[in-house]
Amino acid sequence: MGLKSDYLREVKAFQPSPSYAANAVKAFLVGGTLCALAQWLSDWYGGVFAASPLAAQLWASIVMAGLAIFVTAVGKYDDFSQFAGAGATMLIMGLANALASAAIEHRSEGWTAGVAGQMFKAGGASVIYGLIAAYVLGLVWP
Amino acid sequence: MKRVGKQTWVFDDGVYIQAAAAVVGPLEADGPLGSYFDICHRDLYCGEATWELAERRLMREAVDCCLQKAGVSAEEVDLFLAGDLLNQNATSNYVARELPIPFLCLFGACSTSMQTLAAAAALIAGGLADRALAATSSHNATAERQFRYPTELGVQKPKTATFTVTGAGAALVGRAPGRWRVRAATIGKVVDAGLKNPLDMGAAMAPAAADTIEQHFRDLGASPGDYDLIVTGDLSRVGSVIVRELLAESGYDVTDVYNDCGLMIYRPDQKVLAGGSGCACSAVVTYGYLLQELARGTFRRLFVVATGALLSQTMVQQKQSIPAIAHGVVIEADGQEPG
Repeated sequence: MGLKSDYLREVKAFQPSPSYAANAVKAFLVGGTLCALAQWLSDWYGGVFAASPLAAQLWASIVMAGLAIFVTAVGKYDDFSQFAGAGATMLIMGLANALASAAIEHRSEGWTAGVAGQMFKAGGASVIYGLIAAYVLGLVWP
Repeated sequence: MKRVGKQTWVFDDGVYIQAAAAVVGPLEADGPLGSYFDICHRDLYCGEATWELAERRLMREAVDCCLQKAGVSAEEVDLFLAGDLLNQNATSNYVARELPIPFLCLFGACSTSMQTLAAAAALIAGGLADRALAATSSHNATAERQFRYPTELGVQKPKTATFTVTGAGAALVGRAPGRWRVRAATIGKVVDAGLKNPLDMGAAMAPAAADTIEQHFRDLGASPGDYDLIVTGDLSRVGSVIVRELLAESGYDVTDVYNDCGLMIYRPDQKVLAGGSGCACSAVVTYGYLLQELARGTFRRLFVVATGALLSQTMVQQKQSIPAIAHGVVIEADGQEPG
């Protein structure tokens, strides 16, 4: 058997496979750390400002999203994601990065056609399916 | 000029590269070939407001630098052949807008460097031009945002993904003897191996490269030993192994003389995954490093095979496979007897 006889099958031996175990460990550690940080923030808001649990969670999410947008703006979120993989999608940091990166990218085409028009290019699908999933779950989980 | 075999043009009455220039971005300047490039930019914007303007500047500088080295004004050039990766070949068209030279725009994805050089050589040999300028460019950020994702989007790229080279290369081809002689060119066929992953273009392009190299050997009755170096454009760590294996299956052992521009342009620790890609990859390595080493006598005869994945975002989203092409040009240090 050679490459020429069945390229699509034989070529797989030449394609490096992802490091599944290492990626899973990195995603678990980074994602877990981020979630623990958000939980600590939420508890802190609840304690210091006597915020309701829902309000405290919202504030924690806003801070995490803001952090993601800041790291995106200084050009490091892509490097962080290459390392952390799925860990970098935790909470709404992945969505914040998707919207911010597209908005920054298309600043060169102006505020309307560029920033506003293209902002949901990368994150639009997760917004749509997130809404649908939330609606469906809301029906079965009162 | 004559055609030998099915796909190879042999330029036996003298077609020369009179001058060449290579302009690169920061990561390429920092790579192992950094000292071979004519102009190195410190940032990706190259002093411009947008990345697209930066790419245009790269090509314009390569053209100007090449003409300056040759001591030729733009008015004395009969034809400009160029192409790039942007939609509608935007960079090339806008650079040509600034030049008083009749213009042929070519698209061969990352095979454009040798596509334009081969076409320029053929037009010179055919007597249709005395001097022709061949140029190509690519820019990491313009390619990323057109073909992949926003540059700052957090996605984990696979090990097979390549990194688009920021740079531009230009070569002035003519009848008057120069330091390098264009000896032959093999025009490739489109080969589609059926792969659909745009983040593994090395595997998609390797069959096209192997096809062109084999055809070249068959047309000329040549063998790998006739060349000091056979270099592919941007097959990267994945595709370069595959093309050697494909050629070995056909009975050609290129191991001792083979390399890939995508592996030469960056150091392994530069975080470029499988290696460099893009139109500029083969262009700056050839017009910067390889030609200088030919002039120095390190190599006497090269076969540069620029590889292009003819990728369309729309076609890939419609689950179509990725066609690929490769064009090869034989370049010799001048003073060589025909082999």
